[in-house]
Amino acid sequence: MLTVLAVLLVASAAFGLARHRALAVANGKPSALHSRPVHHAVYAALLAAGPALALWAVWAVFSPLVLRWIVEASLPPELLAQGPELRRFFMSTVLRLASGLPPTGEVTPDLAAAAAYYSRLSSFGSLAVLVGSVCLALVLARLALSRISLEMRARNAVESWFTTALWISAAISIATTAGIVFSVLFESMRFFQFVPVSEFLFGLQWSPQIALRADQVAGSGAFGAVPLFAGTLLVTVIAMAVAGPIGMLSAIFLSQYASPAFRDVAKPVLEVLAGIPTVVYGFFAALVVAPWVRGFGESLGLDVSSESALAAGVVMGIMIIPFVSSLADDAIMAVPQAMRDGSLALGATRAETISQVLIPAALPGIVAGFLLAISRAIGETMIVVMAAGMAANLTANPLASVTTVTVQIVTLLVGDQEFDSPKTLSAFALGLTLFVVTLGLNVIALYVLQRFREQYE
Amino acid sequence: MVTTTVPTATATVSSSAPVSVKMSARNVNLWYGTKQALFDVNMDVMKHRVTALIGPSGCGKTTFLRCLNRMNDTIGSCRVEGDIRLDGLNIYDPSIDVVQVRARVGMVFQKPNPFPKSIYENVAYGPRIHGLARSKADLDDIVEASLRGAGLWEEVADRLDQPGTSLSGGQQQRLCIARAIAVSPEVILMDEPCSALDPIATAHIEELIDELRKTFTIVIVTHNMQQAARVSQYTAFFHLGKLIEFGPTEEIFTRPLEQMTQDYITGRFG
Repeated sequence: MLTVLAVLLVASAAFGLARHRALAVANGKPSALHSRPVHHAVYAALLAAGPALALWAVWAVFSPLVLRWIVEASLPPELLAQGPELRRFFMSTVLRLASGLPPTGEVTPDLAAAAAYYSRLSSFGSLAVLVGSVCLALVLARLALSRISLEMRARNAVESWFTTALWISAAISIATTAGIVFSVLFESMRFFQFVPVSEFLFGLQWSPQIALRADQVAGSGAFGAVPLFAGTLLVTVIAMAVAGPIGMLSAIFLSQYASPAFRDVAKPVLEVLAGIPTVVYGFFAALVVAPWVRGFGESLGLDVSSESALAAGVVMGIMIIPFVSSLADDAIMAVPQAMRDGSLALGATRAETISQVLIPAALPGIVAGFLLAISRAIGETMIVVMAAGMAANLTANPLASVTTVTVQIVTLLVGDQEFDSPKTLSAFALGLTLFVVTLGLNVIALYVLQRFREQYE
Repeated sequence: MVTTTVPTATATVSSSAPVSVKMSARNVNLWYGTKQALFDVNMDVMKHRVTALIGPSGCGKTTFLRCLNRMNDTIGSCRVEGDIRLDGLNIYDPSIDVVQVRARVGMVFQKPNPFPKSIYENVAYGPRIHGLARSKADLDDIVEASLRGAGLWEEVADRLDQPGTSLSGGQQQRLCIARAIAVSPEVILMDEPCSALDPIATAHIEELIDELRKTFTIVIVTHNMQQAARVSQYTAFFHLGKLIEFGPTEEIFTRPLEQMTQDYITGRFG
């Protein structure tokens, strides 16, 4: 920490000096400089701070590993001979001692000596890095100052560094996505070594529990995911049956009929729906809607499970209303006023204008909104965990208990798990399927939106 | 204070056909919120004639045009007072349905605004919503007649199913004219219909306007004085929300009664 502060101090000094120097070089005519004084100042500060901080960062990241390796090698041979398990235990005692924490095991003189050695190495290393970084910063700052001249292209250098920084930020987010995809992909491939892809995708039986011991009563270990896909589809269809019409009609009302003042209040309020944590929707579904659905169904003489696809779907539908209405509203508002006027001038009523001109014109945006809402519904977890149940029924009956892909992923990975059984690995295969489906929907949504843009320049 | 010239309905015109009043405006005042945009406008629109509204930007000519089919109703803060009659019927009377007014008084806008539908559907839209066609064949006939009326049929007959937006600017504007005449209005309002077009497309539309005059009554807003002189039989000159002078185009352009009209036409301001 001290190192960072020291380097930043040097860098800010370089900033001030470089600015001053640049003005001096310009000799009262700043326009004679190729780059403005502030560019020279930023250039000097970045040159001073960049490599020095990089040096510190390398130390901060790798020093624990290296020190540990050195200290471990220095332990007496009789301790090392006791096997890797105990060696790890000794080292944890040493590290705790060195950082002043109460040790976990018995402290022998050998271990105490190792801890002292570790501390010595660590503080020496830190000091060396402090001195090294500051010296490096000073040297580079001096270099930057000496380079300042009328022709020096500091602006170009600073701008190319910023471009690089932006590129790195973008690369990090892309690399993370790729990393997630590959980790899911590789675990899924391990799963598919146990279970064939065809059985996973087309099997009608889902019971992932496998007997760990011979005498245990458990499921047969069937991994046919069709009941999960069916459950997901059922809940999503119910959700869209709620969110589609309500979202669409509220978008039409907000964009065409509501007064601007009402719209300004209502739209943010509607969007608050999207901000409610899904777990809150979940217990609303489980404790309010599900019993209500059951009571209502029973009063009609129907057999309703206490956890039903209907309850989960309806609440999920309410949750995704803002996705549909907000995007549909934006799409309708984006239709040029000239379309509206053109239709009204032909003697069309407001309703005719909306249904025959505005909605067809806004259709790509509306479709994109629907697709995003669907992919949100497919990926939604908490509501279905709490309200739809766990039973992998293959049914189209909305009153029955169903389970979805996301719910199964949660149940498969909760608690103590071994990461080499098909049961656990199947979660990755489910995750991969989910990822492919939602990615496909998003790609379609983007494609549809793009065609929309072409239409009005 | 500028004096307003109120012409009589019997103003002599250089055309041989008998002239009668199609629309009349009396003491029309209009406000956008608290800002008054039109002051006591009085003028008549003659049947089967082209009336041009000219004047510098912001003078109220487009605002007045939009009063004639109540398009200003779509602007929430807009308030109109006075009397605008279509064949003697006050179109601002509470008993009048605005939808019927607009079916009788069509409009073509400054920028071509075809719907994002096919050429056929663009023209068929109006007849459909007004139930003008009894059968598909009927509708086909209306579409063809309207496209012919707008001088566009020859160019699009073999691609009626293509989007209206695929046409060139001048063709799009003629499509909008075809769309307007498909509902058989009595009056067509044109708001600078050529301002987004090149000279050749403009010439095309101007010829068309002269043709359309036989069937319809036309009111056109234009920035282009030559265009007003070429296409219109009557001209109204607006300035700062007031109608300064109104009369037969020939007289307005050769011997205007007002100094201000003279100055504007000769390019001394505006």
